[in-house]
Amino acid sequence: MACAGLLIVGGCSSAQEPVPANGSVTPAAGPPAAAEADGAVTIADSWVKSTLGAEDTTMTAAFGVLTNHTDKDLTVVSATNSASGRTELHEMAMADGAMVMRPVAGGITVPAGGSTTLEPGGLHVMIMDVQTPLPPGEQVTVSLTFDNGSTMSFQTLTKEFAGANENYQGGETGGMSMGTDAATAGTEHSAGVSTPGTATSHG
Amino acid sequence: MLFAAGSGVIGGAAAVAATATALAADRERSTIARVERDALLARSTFVGTGMEPAAGKHQSGVVTAPQAHSVFAAFDLREGVDAAAVGRLMRLLTDDITRVTSGRAALADTAAELAATPARLTVTVGFGPGLFARTGLTEQQPAGLVELPAFPKIDQLQDRWSGGDLLLHICADDAMVVAHTQRMLLKDTRAFAVPRWFQRGFRRAVGSGIPGSGDRNLMGQIDGTVNPATDTEFDAVVWDTGPGWFAGGTTMVLRRIRMDLDRWDELDRSAMEQVMGRHLDTGAPLSGSAEHEEPDLAALDFTGLKAIPDFAHLRLARGDGPARQILRRPYNYDDSPDADGASDVGQLFCSYQADIGRQFVPMQQRLAESDLLNKWTTPVGSAVFAILPGFEAGQWLGQGLLG
Ligand code: HEM
Ligand SMILES: [Cu+2]
Repeated sequence: MACAGLLIVGGCSSAQEPVPANGSVTPAAGPPAAAEADGAVTIADSWVKSTLGAEDTTMTAAFGVLTNHTDKDLTVVSATNSASGRTELHEMAMADGAMVMRPVAGGITVPAGGSTTLEPGGLHVMIMDVQTPLPPGEQVTVSLTFDNGSTMSFQTLTKEFAGANENYQGGETGGMSMGTDAATAGTEHSAGVSTPGTATSHG
Repeated sequence: MLFAAGSGVIGGAAAVAATATALAADRERSTIARVERDALLARSTFVGTGMEPAAGKHQSGVVTAPQAHSVFAAFDLREGVDAAAVGRLMRLLTDDITRVTSGRAALADTAAELAATPARLTVTVGFGPGLFARTGLTEQQPAGLVELPAFPKIDQLQDRWSGGDLLLHICADDAMVVAHTQRMLLKDTRAFAVPRWFQRGFRRAVGSGIPGSGDRNLMGQIDGTVNPATDTEFDAVVWDTGPGWFAGGTTMVLRRIRMDLDRWDELDRSAMEQVMGRHLDTGAPLSGSAEHEEPDLAALDFTGLKAIPDFAHLRLARGDGPARQILRRPYNYDDSPDADGASDVGQLFCSYQADIGRQFVPMQQRLAESDLLNKWTTPVGSAVFAILPGFEAGQWLGQGLLG
């Protein structure tokens, strides 16, 4: 498959302030965030960036703080979401002097008894092929599948977020916007994590 | 270091000794400073960690003891924002409010540290008549929410301080908290609504007022003496008791009332007291000597005239039983003086009542007609809002209307 190459991310520069981890918070709006049957992993402070004002409204991302309450590491290996038919697990990395985002090889691990933060400029659940733009305040359900076969899903809200645009020199908009070539190239991808080895390509 | 380089071994040693002495003195001073600071802290009341509940039958910020700082922020809905979109905004705001009032940052807050000390922060949300009209919800507009009639004898209303579809009323005992909260809420609101006016107000700092007494306003009067204060009174005066989606809500009348303090200054003290019907020093009615005693409206003074004159604010403002009273929760404002040096100060008169038409309007009509205070006060802004009922955990503001 012809690779679109590294995806250049508009706003996700390293100057991005981390989204604060506010402790274990159940969003007031909507049902409890943690829907895992046995509560092995819960998510706090979850949100999805609204596509309002984004240059490319076909993609966005979900964030939050995953906490693993078991004594075994658990790895998110795939995800789905209610706003689009395609979901990927992404990381940010430095490549050829530019911050890029790309599928994270091996999924997103939540350490035993610990937490992993999904945030702009870091690990995130990438929501792709969004057909209907997501205005702020929209409810999105995200489901995660772990390496042990268990799943969890949570309902969360879209928020308008300027991302790191204020600090970004390139003049692109949308903290999570990617080149359009990446979006179209992605059609060959199915939902889920790219197999290791294709980590630097997106489609 | 420059001094060491130029001064040789001996000079350098002397400098080192001198530095050591200076350091010791510094350390002693800072120890003293620390001891003094600790003593001060032990005596002070730390207000930063104070919290008011977000969830409940009623929104906070209405019968809540007034915080020191406040902004009333009014917005107009953007073109095309329908009931569903307002619902989305309410879900976002409910989440924000739940977090910020408990000392947790709103999601995606890039200055989360500012949220750590809420200082009794409350955020109270209201809908103006325009919102009901523009979202096709006129049928559901609470009966208690009516536009005020004109009061031609007193009103000099300006558009820039009047009306509005949506109100966010933010109060806290720390102006930094109010400012940061305003910024965060603005970010979530602006996709749905454009700012119409923002009015900032303040009261006495925490610890500056007289406990158990009304706060003084910018005319120097004790203001807030006669006000509902118990849950029974709040139920009788403030809250909509249903049935319907609005049960637990109330209405707000906000009047920006400019005070002509320069002309007020021309009165002597006893004239000022006559205008109000109360003593300036104690706040007692002119018929008596204690702030909280019942005014005797029939009492005569030594000249045989009514102690509390017919034109007195107190006499005319008296609500006729709970069904006609209001809860007043005003803030002071102080803007830049005009080019001639006249102050632009006044009161953000803010009242809550279950029914504007039944409770507020007759009172304002009496005052507009014959309150002598009108000579020195001018309403320059006016707005009314339905203050939404509260929400329980897991619900969102306005869900009963929009859900
Ligand atoms: C700048 C304008 C105003 C000032 C400076 C002012 C000041 C005061 C003061 C000093 C008192 C006496 C102390 C107290 O009971 O709180 C008072 C009482 C009161 N005022 Fe005002 N007021 C203003 C406007 C209004 C308006 C517009 C209304 C209603 C339409 C109103 C309604 C009342 C009521 C209901 C009372 C209590 C009367 C009683 O039952 O004794 N005031 N006001
Ligand atoms: Cu991504």
